[in-house]
Amino acid sequence: MLHEIILAGFGGQGVMSMGQLLAYAGLVEGKRVSWIPSYGPEMRGGTANCSVTISDEEVSSPIITEPDTLIVLNRPSLEKFEQDVKPGGRLLINSSLIDIEPKRQDLKVLKIPVTELGREILGNNRVSNMIILGAFVELTRAVSLESVIGALKKVLPEYRHNLIPLNRKALETGIELAKGREFLHFRSCG
Amino acid sequence: MAKVLMKGNEALAEAAIRAGCRYFFGYPITPQNEIPQYLAKRLPEVGGVFVQAESEIAAINMVYGAAGAGARVMTSSSGPGISLKQEGITYMAGAELPCVIVNIQRGGPGLGGIQPAQSDYFQAVKGGGHGDYRLLVLAPATVQEMVDLMEKAFDLADEYRNPVMILGDGILGQMMEPVEFSEEKETLRQEKPWATTGAKGRNPNIINSLFLDPAELEKHNHHLQQKYDRMGKEVLWENYQTNDAELILVGYGTSARIAKAVVDQARAQGIKAGLFRPISLFPFPKVALQEACKKAECVLTVEMSMGQLVEDIRYNLEFKVPVHLYGRVGGMVPATRAVLEEVKRLVNSGKAGENP
Repeated sequence: MLHEIILAGFGGQGVMSMGQLLAYAGLVEGKRVSWIPSYGPEMRGGTANCSVTISDEEVSSPIITEPDTLIVLNRPSLEKFEQDVKPGGRLLINSSLIDIEPKRQDLKVLKIPVTELGREILGNNRVSNMIILGAFVELTRAVSLESVIGALKKVLPEYRHNLIPLNRKALETGIELAKGREFLHFRSCG
Repeated sequence: MAKVLMKGNEALAEAAIRAGCRYFFGYPITPQNEIPQYLAKRLPEVGGVFVQAESEIAAINMVYGAAGAGARVMTSSSGPGISLKQEGITYMAGAELPCVIVNIQRGGPGLGGIQPAQSDYFQAVKGGGHGDYRLLVLAPATVQEMVDLMEKAFDLADEYRNPVMILGDGILGQMMEPVEFSEEKETLRQEKPWATTGAKGRNPNIINSLFLDPAELEKHNHHLQQKYDRMGKEVLWENYQTNDAELILVGYGTSARIAKAVVDQARAQGIKAGLFRPISLFPFPKVALQEACKKAECVLTVEMSMGQLVEDIRYNLEFKVPVHLYGRVGGMVPATRAVLEEVKRLVNSGKAGENP
């Protein structure tokens, strides 16, 4: 199985770390992975994106031009990458910050207001990225929840491990929200 | 040791430490900054020295000094910084000093941009600085290979008393992939009786690239050339699906990764494609290239330049096989779909076998 994912949003929304976590979770499961960041004159508040490949086979080209899944946390990212998604691919949208409809009619779309949910349910919108990552995990099963938690333990320094329960809660929130809620876009427009 | 996820730049830096490198002199430039960043923290932990010099020119001359004293030493930069270092590099080649130089290529010419490119190929393999000299040039295509080649680079530098260049690009430097490090080998590193180590109880050693007597300088050049000829045995390459290939893609580094994906996609559509990937760019794996292209009707190079590698491919195939070019520049990266289109265009046009 090959998963090619592009994650995009404002710098500071945790797009890069979400991608790294996903790659690390794949590694935890013994899969072949790669992570490529956009790099450049970007800063907090600017746009950021990364490409993650999770595969059972050797990753030939780590550069993703046609992702199976696009995860967008802000509007410019949707506008920039929507056209590139593979026909019939997945689109996960942070509807807290994206107030437009996707143009494509062939994509499987899930909209979650993760910025609000993070703030309201979990009291911290810095875990918003973990909510949408949880939804991704539920929809694609590219990696398991436990592998993501395992990856968190590796990525976070010891003194930050107290944040793992909060992150787990955020991931689980996303998983619950994604259950049976993905639909083809044309049905969501009604 | 278990696999860890690391950026190419960081993996290179850690591999250098494990290869016994204890001195780094450099000056910041994107997209290789994680190398000095990592080494600034890591070198003091192993008793090494990290200096962010006041300029690239200062840095490369510090490398000259440390190499002359027999140290395992490296520097890293990207295009514009490597250009600034050329004077020091040719001096080191002339004075036969071993060191490792990393170039994480970005778009040029001039200040260019900061996105990945492969347009420093000529500079790396043809000389770069003045005079008749060569660098050993190694071009990794994965983060793991960056690690593996780093250790080799230091060994080759010492063996040939010559600067070795690791030629990467912005993608390789920035991307993360799983890597595994071998334990640091306490191998018996080559003795360096030529090094300037204080001259206690022996005659002084002289490290110099100045030969005012033309006859002496010619002799020195012949000596260097013999060394470059000897390097011929260090060729490295990878063949992928080349046995029955009618169309061979050739690329190094990141471009080779893209070309490999294209080979799979082309094969799925019934096109007998293969990939030849030079890993050592100097010395160039000429015999292996010719062998891989034996059944090929045509060759297509994939590179992030206006066509640099393509010239060496034509030359090394002795113009017996038509060699076409697919190049993107300025920080743009070839898309697999676009390269596949080019492959199909060549195959369907019936003109693949004609010289472009």
